Amino acid sequence: MSAEPIIELRHVHKSFGKDHVLRGLDLAVPKDSVSVIIGRSGGGKSVLLKHVIGLMRPDQGQVIIDGQDIARLSERQLAPVRRKFGMLFQESALFDSMTVEENVAFPLLEHSRKSRREVLDIVAAKLAAVGLKDKGQKLPSELSGGMRKRVGLARALALDPKIVLFDEPTSGLDPVMAAAINELIVRTQSEFGATCVVISHDISAAMSTGHRLFMLFDGTIIAEGSPEQIRDWDDEVVQQFIHGRAEGPIQVI
Amino acid sequence: MTQLVSALGSVALTISRDAGRIILLLMEALGWLFRPPWRWRLFFKQLEFIGVNSVFVVALTSLFTGMVLALQTYYAFRMFSAETLVGATVALSMARELGPVITALMVTGRAGSAIAAEIGTMRVTEQVDALSVMAINPVQYLVLPRIVAGVIMVPLLSALSVFIGVVGGYLVGVRLLGIHGGIFMNKIYEFVELSDIYNGLVKAACFGLILTLVGCYKGFYTRGGAEGVGRATTQAVVLSSVLILTFDYILTALMM
Repeated sequence: MSAEPIIELRHVHKSFGKDHVLRGLDLAVPKDSVSVIIGRSGGGKSVLLKHVIGLMRPDQGQVIIDGQDIARLSERQLAPVRRKFGMLFQESALFDSMTVEENVAFPLLEHSRKSRREVLDIVAAKLAAVGLKDKGQKLPSELSGGMRKRVGLARALALDPKIVLFDEPTSGLDPVMAAAINELIVRTQSEFGATCVVISHDISAAMSTGHRLFMLFDGTIIAEGSPEQIRDWDDEVVQQFIHGRAEGPIQVI
Repeated sequence: MTQLVSALGSVALTISRDAGRIILLLMEALGWLFRPPWRWRLFFKQLEFIGVNSVFVVALTSLFTGMVLALQTYYAFRMFSAETLVGATVALSMARELGPVITALMVTGRAGSAIAAEIGTMRVTEQVDALSVMAINPVQYLVLPRIVAGVIMVPLLSALSVFIGVVGGYLVGVRLLGIHGGIFMNKIYEFVELSDIYNGLVKAACFGLILTLVGCYKGFYTRGGAEGVGRATTQAVVLSSVLILTFDYILTALMM
């Protein structure tokens, strides 16, 4: 693996009231790869992702992005850091008052000095990359869930970010669409040269798309490695999770 | 007994938490007031939504308020033969009190609720987070245009309301009840001063701030899906209305 991690969390703690969600979590995401964080629903995966992009602040610990600790930055100091990121939200989070084209153009119009013509060219290119060339004039409400996800991805990629975050990219999609999204994630990494961080509980997708897997359990990373290493990981919790068994050390009921 | 104390305590906590968050939201929004980028397009859209689109309801309610006010005061004033003062009474009440309050309550019902519902929906569908992630400050993008538009448009609507209320009073007083038109108008000139109008406009500006700020606040802190959005909307209307009537008294007392 490449030496310098682009995202590093050190000893991160986060509680919500009595709920201690992250308990001294350490994580180092290598540059130019697809990293998948797996874990149970409600196990703090989204919370972890929100720390990476500064939507949540750790109670304790450091969040280092590209060599800079963002845990204590003000909202204004965070703005330049956030421009390194693109994020695909679980429910896509498209602006429903704007057309598909306006959604993808939005970050470009906000953060670049490109002319209207150039912006429209980039928008067209990004939409073509996710296979939605002729849907530019539609409203998000007129699209299927899978299409909305792809528009969300096009929007996330609009500014050519260094890091792209995916929050449960395939949840609620049919298997074919899920496979298409997974392929897009891999292509995002290889074609756009971005570091991709995916959180998911879809094991087979994680195994096929991820270069590096992390398992989040009980507020910390309990296993980390290549898909093969995780598959052979000598731990009951990991084995129960990746094989989807109801019986084992993870208590469901 | 302990339960009563704990209930009172939790009410007090809720109120202070709300007040603190509202004031912080206002401060943050005002911090963006003199700093670019200024979002003219969003601002004009809000001027239209809060102001222009409220003209009809405000005009309609003000017309009937002026009419009923004329009818009621005529009934009372006739007892001591002071019918000619109906016009001045209508004009004074509309300018100092009813114009701003009715306008603010109507705009709360129309626009305040819509603001809470819109921002609340954006919150629960992560669109507000999406703005943050794209390095766009959601307070600057969503809140500032709305409160500035509220502070500008509610006084304008209130002025319209006062005018239409007086027209309504004139229709009932002069056309229907037969008060002499010249005297009706003359008494208005005699008793209504410019300060009465200013008073009303200052109030209306404050109400405009309250109703947009509360709508934004409730939307911003929405939790829990469709039900949460519904709750935020209701709470925005109730809280705005209560605050408008409370501040109405405070401002009236201060400007006496």
